Amino acid sequence: MDAMTHKATTAAADPVTFYGTEVTSRLLLGTAQYPSPAILAEAIRASGTEIVTVSLRRESGAAKAGQSFWQLIRDLGVKVLPNTAGCRTVKEAVTTAEMARELFGTPWVKLEVIGEDDTLQPDVFGLVEAARILSRDGFQVFPYTTEDLVVAEKLVSAGCEVLMPWGAPIGSGRGLNNPYGLRSMRAHFPGIPLVVDAGVGLPSHAAAAMELGYDAVLLNTAVAKAGDPVRMARAFAAAIAAGREAVIADPMEVRDMAAPSTPVMGRALFGS
Amino acid sequence: MKIIVNGEPADTAAATLASLLAELELADAIVATALNGDMVRAARREATPLAEGDRVEILAPMQGG
Repeated sequence: MDAMTHKATTAAADPVTFYGTEVTSRLLLGTAQYPSPAILAEAIRASGTEIVTVSLRRESGAAKAGQSFWQLIRDLGVKVLPNTAGCRTVKEAVTTAEMARELFGTPWVKLEVIGEDDTLQPDVFGLVEAARILSRDGFQVFPYTTEDLVVAEKLVSAGCEVLMPWGAPIGSGRGLNNPYGLRSMRAHFPGIPLVVDAGVGLPSHAAAAMELGYDAVLLNTAVAKAGDPVRMARAFAAAIAAGREAVIADPMEVRDMAAPSTPVMGRALFGS
Repeated sequence: MKIIVNGEPADTAAATLASLLAELELADAIVATALNGDMVRAARREATPLAEGDRVEILAPMQGG
Protein backbone atom coordinates (compact mmCIF):
# COMPACT_ATOMS: atom_id res chain seq x y z
CA MET A 1 0.00 0.00 0.00
CA ASP A 2 1.52 3.34 -0.93
CA ALA A 3 1.39 6.40 1.29
CA MET A 4 -1.53 8.05 -0.49
CA THR A 5 -3.72 4.97 -0.35
CA HIS A 6 -2.94 4.49 3.32
CA LYS A 7 -3.89 8.09 4.12
CA ALA A 8 -7.17 7.80 2.25
CA THR A 9 -8.00 4.50 3.95
CA THR A 10 -7.44 5.74 7.50
CA ALA A 11 -9.32 8.99 6.89
CA ALA A 12 -12.34 7.25 5.39
CA ALA A 13 -12.43 4.69 8.18
CA ASP A 14 -12.21 7.22 10.99
CA PRO A 15 -14.95 9.85 10.83
CA VAL A 16 -16.34 11.68 13.83
CA THR A 17 -20.10 12.13 14.17
CA PHE A 18 -21.81 15.20 15.56
CA TYR A 19 -25.59 14.77 15.92
CA GLY A 20 -25.67 12.20 13.14
CA THR A 21 -23.48 14.17 10.74
CA GLU A 22 -20.18 12.50 9.88
CA VAL A 23 -17.10 14.56 9.17
CA THR A 24 -13.58 13.42 8.41
CA SER A 25 -11.62 16.46 9.55
CA ARG A 26 -11.25 16.72 13.31
CA LEU A 27 -10.38 20.40 13.17
CA LEU A 28 -13.17 22.94 13.65
CA LEU A 29 -11.98 26.40 12.66
CA GLY A 30 -13.14 29.87 13.66
CA THR A 31 -13.48 32.58 11.03
CA ALA A 32 -12.67 35.74 13.02
CA GLN A 33 -9.61 37.99 13.13
CA TYR A 34 -7.94 36.99 9.84
CA PRO A 35 -5.90 39.66 8.03
CA SER A 36 -8.26 39.52 5.02
CA PRO A 37 -11.19 37.55 3.60
CA ALA A 38 -8.84 36.01 1.01
CA ILE A 39 -6.48 34.72 3.71
CA LEU A 40 -9.47 33.40 5.69
CA ALA A 41 -10.65 31.45 2.64
CA GLU A 42 -7.17 30.10 1.94
CA ALA A 43 -6.69 29.09 5.60
CA ILE A 44 -10.02 27.21 5.59
CA ARG A 45 -8.99 25.35 2.45
CA ALA A 46 -5.49 24.60 3.79
CA SER A 47 -6.88 23.30 7.11
CA GLY A 48 -9.12 20.75 5.42
CA THR A 49 -11.82 21.64 7.95
CA GLU A 50 -15.43 20.77 7.18
CA ILE A 51 -16.96 22.88 9.97
CA VAL A 52 -16.35 26.58 10.60
CA THR A 53 -17.80 28.72 13.36
CA VAL A 54 -19.68 31.89 12.48
CA SER A 55 -21.53 34.56 14.40
CA LEU A 56 -24.22 37.23 14.18
CA ARG A 57 -23.63 40.93 14.49
CA ARG A 58 -25.52 44.15 13.94
CA GLU A 59 -25.71 44.89 10.23
CA SER A 60 -25.09 48.44 9.09
CA GLY A 61 -27.03 49.38 5.98
CA ALA A 62 -23.99 51.03 4.44
CA ALA A 63 -21.30 48.41 4.93
CA LYS A 64 -23.22 45.19 4.38
CA ALA A 65 -20.03 43.37 5.34
CA GLY A 66 -22.01 40.42 6.59
CA GLN A 67 -23.48 39.68 3.18
CA SER A 68 -20.10 39.31 1.48
CA PHE A 69 -18.76 37.25 4.39
CA TRP A 70 -21.69 34.83 4.12
CA GLN A 71 -21.20 34.55 0.37
CA LEU A 72 -17.53 33.66 0.93
CA ILE A 73 -18.40 30.91 3.42
CA ARG A 74 -21.08 29.45 1.17
CA ASP A 75 -18.69 29.37 -1.77
CA LEU A 76 -16.27 27.29 0.31
CA GLY A 77 -18.92 24.60 0.81
CA VAL A 78 -18.21 24.03 4.52
CA LYS A 79 -20.76 23.40 7.27
CA VAL A 80 -21.34 26.26 9.68
CA LEU A 81 -21.59 26.16 13.46
CA PRO A 82 -23.12 29.49 14.58
CA ASN A 83 -22.07 30.72 18.01
CA THR A 84 -23.73 32.85 20.66
CA ALA A 85 -20.47 34.66 21.46
CA GLY A 86 -20.74 37.58 23.82
CA CYS A 87 -24.10 36.55 25.27
CA ARG A 88 -24.24 36.98 29.03
CA THR A 89 -27.77 35.86 29.86
CA VAL A 90 -29.92 32.85 29.03
CA LYS A 91 -32.41 35.09 27.23
CA GLU A 92 -29.72 36.68 25.04
CA ALA A 93 -28.20 33.32 24.17
CA VAL A 94 -31.57 31.72 23.34
CA THR A 95 -32.71 34.65 21.17
CA THR A 96 -29.34 34.78 19.38
CA ALA A 97 -29.54 31.02 18.73
CA GLU A 98 -33.04 31.38 17.29
CA MET A 99 -31.89 34.18 14.99
CA ALA A 100 -28.85 32.14 13.94
CA ARG A 101 -31.01 29.13 13.10
CA GLU A 102 -33.11 31.20 10.71
CA LEU A 103 -30.13 33.04 9.22
CA PHE A 104 -27.82 30.07 8.67
CA GLY A 105 -30.45 27.38 8.21
CA THR A 106 -28.92 24.94 10.70
CA PRO A 107 -30.09 23.52 14.03
CA TRP A 108 -26.44 23.47 15.23
CA VAL A 109 -25.40 26.09 17.76
CA LYS A 110 -22.17 26.61 19.66
CA LEU A 111 -23.71 27.76 22.90
CA GLU A 112 -21.72 30.34 24.85
CA VAL A 113 -23.06 32.02 27.96
CA ILE A 114 -20.21 34.13 29.29
CA GLY A 115 -19.97 34.70 33.02
CA GLU A 116 -16.68 36.46 33.68
CA ASP A 117 -14.87 39.23 31.79
CA ASP A 118 -11.21 38.48 32.47
CA THR A 119 -11.36 34.80 31.64
CA LEU A 120 -14.48 34.71 29.41
CA GLN A 121 -15.34 31.72 31.57
CA PRO A 122 -18.72 30.15 30.83
CA ASP A 123 -21.58 30.86 33.23
CA VAL A 124 -22.26 27.17 33.63
CA PHE A 125 -25.59 27.70 35.41
CA GLY A 126 -26.94 29.82 32.55
CA LEU A 127 -25.35 27.42 30.07
CA VAL A 128 -27.25 24.40 31.41
CA GLU A 129 -30.52 26.32 31.45
CA ALA A 130 -30.07 27.66 27.91
CA ALA A 131 -29.02 24.20 26.68
CA ARG A 132 -32.22 22.71 28.11
CA ILE A 133 -34.43 25.35 26.47
CA LEU A 134 -32.70 25.07 23.09
CA SER A 135 -32.55 21.25 23.03
CA ARG A 136 -36.27 21.11 23.78
CA ASP A 137 -36.80 23.51 20.88
CA GLY A 138 -35.02 21.20 18.43
CA PHE A 139 -31.55 22.72 18.49
CA GLN A 140 -28.43 20.55 18.39
CA VAL A 141 -26.32 22.21 21.05
CA PHE A 142 -22.50 22.26 21.17
CA PRO A 143 -21.96 23.76 24.64
CA TYR A 144 -18.79 25.71 25.40
CA THR A 145 -18.16 24.56 28.95
CA THR A 146 -15.46 23.88 31.52
CA GLU A 147 -14.04 20.45 32.40
CA ASP A 148 -16.38 20.20 35.42
CA LEU A 149 -17.91 16.73 35.35
CA VAL A 150 -21.08 17.64 37.26
CA VAL A 151 -21.86 20.45 34.83
CA ALA A 152 -21.10 18.11 31.94
CA GLU A 153 -23.56 15.54 33.31
CA LYS A 154 -26.24 18.20 33.54
CA LEU A 155 -25.54 19.30 29.96
CA VAL A 156 -25.97 15.72 28.77
CA SER A 157 -29.21 15.43 30.76
CA ALA A 158 -30.33 18.69 29.13
CA GLY A 159 -29.98 17.03 25.71
CA CYS A 160 -26.42 17.82 24.61
CA GLU A 161 -24.84 15.05 22.51
CA VAL A 162 -21.50 16.89 22.20
CA LEU A 163 -19.42 18.56 24.93
CA MET A 164 -16.83 21.25 24.31
CA PRO A 165 -14.64 21.92 27.37
CA TRP A 166 -12.12 24.74 27.25
CA GLY A 167 -8.40 24.11 27.10
CA ALA A 168 -7.67 27.58 28.47
CA PRO A 169 -9.39 30.99 28.34
CA ILE A 170 -10.55 32.07 24.85
CA GLY A 171 -7.77 33.68 22.84
CA SER A 172 -5.10 33.04 25.49
CA GLY A 173 -3.10 30.47 23.53
CA ARG A 174 -2.07 28.78 26.78
CA GLY A 175 -2.93 25.25 25.68
CA LEU A 176 -4.41 22.63 28.02
CA ASN A 177 -4.50 24.18 31.50
CA ASN A 178 -5.92 21.09 33.17
CA PRO A 179 -4.91 17.90 31.35
CA TYR A 180 -5.98 15.81 34.35
CA GLY A 181 -9.49 17.31 34.24
CA LEU A 182 -9.73 16.76 30.50
CA ARG A 183 -8.51 13.17 30.90
CA SER A 184 -11.17 12.55 33.59
CA MET A 185 -13.82 13.97 31.30
CA ARG A 186 -12.77 11.64 28.50
CA ALA A 187 -12.92 8.65 30.84
CA HIS A 188 -16.28 9.74 32.22
CA PHE A 189 -17.99 10.23 28.84
CA PRO A 190 -16.59 7.49 26.61
CA GLY A 191 -19.51 7.64 24.18
CA ILE A 192 -19.94 11.41 23.80
CA PRO A 193 -18.01 13.35 21.15
CA LEU A 194 -15.67 15.67 23.07
CA VAL A 195 -14.11 18.75 21.49
CA VAL A 196 -11.44 20.91 23.12
CA ASP A 197 -12.62 24.42 22.42
CA ALA A 198 -10.62 27.55 23.21
CA GLY A 199 -7.17 28.34 24.53
CA VAL A 200 -5.20 26.30 22.01
CA GLY A 201 -2.12 28.23 20.86
CA LEU A 202 0.17 25.70 19.19
CA PRO A 203 -0.21 22.57 17.09
CA SER A 204 1.42 20.62 19.95
CA HIS A 205 -1.51 21.66 22.21
CA ALA A 206 -3.96 20.31 19.66
CA ALA A 207 -1.98 17.08 19.28
CA ALA A 208 -1.99 16.70 23.08
CA ALA A 209 -5.78 17.09 23.15
CA MET A 210 -6.13 14.38 20.51
CA GLU A 211 -3.68 12.13 22.40
CA LEU A 212 -5.97 12.43 25.45
CA GLY A 213 -8.59 10.80 23.26
CA TYR A 214 -10.57 13.92 22.37
CA ASP A 215 -12.57 13.66 19.17
CA ALA A 216 -11.75 17.07 17.71
CA VAL A 217 -10.30 20.50 18.43
CA LEU A 218 -11.94 23.88 17.81
CA LEU A 219 -9.63 26.87 17.45
CA ASN A 220 -9.50 30.29 15.86
CA THR A 221 -6.98 32.81 17.17
CA ALA A 222 -3.99 30.46 16.92
CA VAL A 223 -4.46 30.32 13.15
CA ALA A 224 -5.88 33.79 12.50
CA LYS A 225 -3.19 35.62 14.47
CA ALA A 226 -0.23 33.58 13.22
CA GLY A 227 2.24 35.42 10.99
CA ASP A 228 1.21 33.07 8.17
CA PRO A 229 -2.33 31.84 8.92
CA VAL A 230 -2.46 29.52 5.91
CA ARG A 231 0.71 27.72 6.90
CA MET A 232 -0.46 27.52 10.53
CA ALA A 233 -3.77 26.04 9.39
CA ARG A 234 -1.83 23.29 7.67
CA ALA A 235 0.33 22.78 10.77
CA PHE A 236 -2.76 22.31 12.95
CA ALA A 237 -4.32 19.89 10.50
CA ALA A 238 -1.15 17.78 10.54
CA ALA A 239 -0.88 17.89 14.37
CA ILE A 240 -4.50 16.87 14.86
CA ALA A 241 -4.16 14.03 12.38
CA ALA A 242 -0.95 12.91 14.14
CA GLY A 243 -2.57 12.99 17.58
CA ARG A 244 -5.52 10.99 16.32
CA GLU A 245 -3.29 8.39 14.68
CA ALA A 246 -1.31 8.13 17.92
CA VAL A 247 -4.40 7.38 19.99
CA ILE A 248 -5.51 4.69 17.56
CA ALA A 249 -1.97 3.27 17.55
CA ASP A 250 -2.14 2.78 21.37
CA PRO A 251 0.90 4.50 22.94
CA MET A 252 3.47 2.71 25.09
CA GLU A 253 3.37 2.84 28.89
CA VAL A 254 5.38 5.55 30.61
CA ARG A 255 8.17 4.26 32.92
CA ASP A 256 10.12 5.95 35.66
CA MET A 257 13.44 4.34 34.77
CA ALA A 258 15.38 3.86 31.56
CA ALA A 259 14.91 0.69 29.59
CA PRO A 260 17.38 0.12 26.77
CA SER A 261 15.82 0.29 23.37
CA THR A 262 18.81 -1.21 21.64
CA PRO A 263 19.07 -4.95 22.31
CA VAL A 264 21.92 -5.68 24.76
CA MET A 265 22.27 -9.34 23.81
CA GLY A 266 25.34 -9.99 21.70
CA ARG A 267 26.95 -6.62 22.19
CA ALA A 268 30.73 -6.46 21.86
CA LEU A 269 32.78 -6.38 25.06
CA PHE A 270 35.92 -4.26 25.07
CA GLY A 271 38.55 -4.06 27.70
CA SER A 272 38.87 -6.54 30.49
CA MET B 1 -41.59 58.07 14.87
CA LYS B 2 -38.53 57.57 17.06
CA ILE B 3 -37.25 54.03 17.54
CA ILE B 4 -33.92 52.37 18.39
CA VAL B 5 -32.24 50.38 15.62
CA ASN B 6 -29.22 48.29 16.62
CA GLY B 7 -28.79 50.42 19.70
CA GLU B 8 -28.84 53.76 17.85
CA PRO B 9 -31.73 56.26 17.88
CA ALA B 10 -33.50 56.40 14.51
CA ASP B 11 -36.38 58.35 12.99
CA THR B 12 -38.56 56.29 10.68
CA ALA B 13 -41.75 56.55 8.67
CA ALA B 14 -41.97 52.74 8.46
CA ALA B 15 -45.17 51.26 9.86
CA THR B 16 -43.91 47.67 9.89
CA LEU B 17 -40.64 45.84 10.41
CA ALA B 18 -40.63 44.88 6.72
CA SER B 19 -40.89 48.50 5.60
CA LEU B 20 -38.14 49.50 8.03
CA LEU B 21 -35.84 46.98 6.35
CA ALA B 22 -36.80 48.42 2.95
CA GLU B 23 -36.10 51.93 4.24
CA LEU B 24 -32.63 50.78 5.32
CA GLU B 25 -32.05 49.10 1.93
CA LEU B 26 -31.89 45.71 3.62
CA ALA B 27 -35.04 44.23 2.06
CA ASP B 28 -33.04 41.66 0.11
CA ALA B 29 -30.24 41.23 2.64
CA ILE B 30 -29.75 38.04 4.62
CA VAL B 31 -30.55 39.28 8.10
CA ALA B 32 -32.39 38.12 11.20
CA THR B 33 -34.58 40.47 13.18
CA ALA B 34 -35.75 40.97 16.73
CA LEU B 35 -38.25 43.41 18.23
CA ASN B 36 -37.94 44.41 21.88
CA GLY B 37 -35.75 41.40 22.63
CA ASP B 38 -37.82 38.73 20.88
CA MET B 39 -37.01 37.25 17.50
CA VAL B 40 -39.32 38.06 14.59
CA ARG B 41 -39.18 35.50 11.79
CA ALA B 42 -38.71 36.75 8.23
CA ALA B 43 -42.22 35.59 7.34
CA ARG B 44 -43.70 37.69 10.18
CA ARG B 45 -42.03 41.02 9.34
CA GLU B 46 -44.84 42.29 7.10
CA ALA B 47 -47.35 41.73 9.87
CA THR B 48 -45.22 43.21 12.64
CA PRO B 49 -46.14 46.85 13.34
CA LEU B 50 -43.65 49.30 14.84
CA ALA B 51 -44.46 51.66 17.69
CA GLU B 52 -42.76 54.69 19.23
CA GLY B 53 -39.75 53.65 21.33
CA ASP B 54 -39.48 50.12 19.89
CA ARG B 55 -36.06 48.48 19.98
CA VAL B 56 -35.21 46.73 16.72
CA GLU B 57 -32.22 44.46 16.18
CA ILE B 58 -31.06 43.63 12.65
CA LEU B 59 -28.34 40.98 12.65
CA ALA B 60 -26.26 39.65 9.78
CA PRO B 61 -23.75 36.81 9.36
CA MET B 62 -20.38 37.74 10.79
CA GLN B 63 -17.00 36.17 11.49
CA GLY B 64 -16.91 34.21 14.73
CA GLY B 65 -14.80 31.84 16.80
